[in-house]
Amino acid sequence: MSLLDVENLAIHFGGVKAVDGVSFSVDPGEVFAIIGPNGAGKSTIFNLISRIYEPTHGTIRFDGQDITGFKAHDIARLGIARTFQNIELFDHSTVLDNLLMGRHTHRATNFVQDILFLPKVRREERAHRERVEEVIEFLELEAYRKKRIEGLPYGVRKVVEIGRALAIGPKLILLDEPASGLSVEETQDVAYWIEDMRRDMGLTVLMVEHDMSLVTQVSDRVLAVANGRPLAMGTAAEVQADPGVQAAYLGTGAAA
Amino acid sequence: MRIVFKTSYDSDIDLHEHWRRRAKYAVLVGIMALLPFLVGEYYLAEAANTLIWALAGMGLMIAVGHTGQVSLGHAAFLAIGAYTDAALMNVGVPFWIAFPAAGLMAGVFGAIIAIPAVRMSGIYLAIATLAVFVIVEELVIMLEPITGGVGGIMAPSITAFGISFDRYGALGNFYWLILAVVVLVTWGYANLMRSPTGRSFLAVRDSEVSARALGINVTRTKALAFGLSSGVTGLAGALMGHYIGFFNYELFSIFISINLLLVVTIGGLGFIQGAFLGAILITGMPQVIAILRDSLNANFGINIGAVPGLDTMLFSVILILFIIFEPTGLYGRWLKIRTWFEIFPLARRDMFRRHKTYLKTERMK
Repeated sequence: MSLLDVENLAIHFGGVKAVDGVSFSVDPGEVFAIIGPNGAGKSTIFNLISRIYEPTHGTIRFDGQDITGFKAHDIARLGIARTFQNIELFDHSTVLDNLLMGRHTHRATNFVQDILFLPKVRREERAHRERVEEVIEFLELEAYRKKRIEGLPYGVRKVVEIGRALAIGPKLILLDEPASGLSVEETQDVAYWIEDMRRDMGLTVLMVEHDMSLVTQVSDRVLAVANGRPLAMGTAAEVQADPGVQAAYLGTGAAA
Repeated sequence: MRIVFKTSYDSDIDLHEHWRRRAKYAVLVGIMALLPFLVGEYYLAEAANTLIWALAGMGLMIAVGHTGQVSLGHAAFLAIGAYTDAALMNVGVPFWIAFPAAGLMAGVFGAIIAIPAVRMSGIYLAIATLAVFVIVEELVIMLEPITGGVGGIMAPSITAFGISFDRYGALGNFYWLILAVVVLVTWGYANLMRSPTGRSFLAVRDSEVSARALGINVTRTKALAFGLSSGVTGLAGALMGHYIGFFNYELFSIFISINLLLVVTIGGLGFIQGAFLGAILITGMPQVIAILRDSLNANFGINIGAVPGLDTMLFSVILILFIIFEPTGLYGRWLKIRTWFEIFPLARRDMFRRHKTYLKTERMK
């Protein structure tokens, strides 16, 4: 059974059909990539899955459960984590605090206990910290633990955002252009991490990416979209060979 | 430079990362506790006033500094606190019930109005809170049987467990009472900020969209922050009522709200310490100006006492200078000075350049 089922998903902003009739399903343990030219609706699909946007029609199922009616803040609890195309970190906090914020769905204390800082709060904090340290070790963020985000280079911020998503302890991670703005070496690191997430952590990865070398290297299946409509689905090679996809990218009359 | 070598996660969880810093705060609290023996009545009363302002400033700091919600209406919560406390005590409720009740009343009221208000942000939220302030002011005048209306109300002398905490009769005790409340609230506030609740406040302040993606219920978090904020301000209001003794609605004017905003902005948004530094500045400035005015008059024969609005103008100039040159406020400046000394002589001019970013509170959305 597939982990994530997207059926006939659509969102219209007035007359603009940003996403129109997109269906796909992601199997557990799969790395699934969505590609497409700028404005194709890739990030919009992500925003629909993480319930930031309300779909015009269509359903989203996660783990057999219809999540189309869920609130945005209930999504993380189900085990769906995400990153953002334009990094959305908490700029005035340290890397460590950013990662700890990723543990929010696992909090077991209320604000009164927090204010009094009862022993239970300390126990919980230690447990969260241990989980977060695993993420720090995995992404090699040790050197930046106590650095504030606002002073960090772009590449590191990108990694911290992946780390924050991992700190949730998700089943499915949505990566919105994890390699954009990264150097070749950094992109290679991201490729290894995606491999490890799948193999060692048993994660399912759904990503939007422009960098075809990364997509080819890590993804099992690729969905190409253009103008909010699905173009082709298959392995990276199959999709790249698709005449419709080539037309969407290059604008030739091949698929007319 | 002192390197703190950490050997357990607990050293990150603790309030102070090094015993020396803890000792410094202990000495500070010790001096504050000994103040009644060190200074005269006038300065002790001023210190009490400063502590009350710091308490109110901490209240506003939770909302503005740590959750990113500007409020121009916090004088309303001071008023709710002061009137609840005074009205309850006037019907015979003892102080140790009336005082927490005042905080609770202001807090619950704040949380309730926050639920619709937090959907707004920036300037719109500021205007909405201003409207709340006007409503509360009118309510105070209308509820004359409870509040004394335009005439005002008397905050009775505090006696608890057979000890007098009278503002005039036992100023030392009154001061200690205020100090105890301030220390307790500061401790709770610091605890809050090192716990998941505090982190969720910061998350909502810095990026609502990713806060949601992490499973944080933004509306509930903002309402909680606003409720705690107005609750603490309500406690300060109750103490302010006792400090003034007899007051009517005019005590809690819009200027109080603005001064409170100055406390947190000049003190340093996002730092608990900022509320204290801001309070010292706001309560100390009129004194300094008065002293300057007298000495100018006595030594040089220049009389600036006749210039109206001098205090307000000076405040405004200071605020503008801070927003332009030091958005992190007095405490942020102090951190930089401390770093400069700690790493002497390795400080570089551009070291904090990237840190000069504004909190979202200060931006117009």
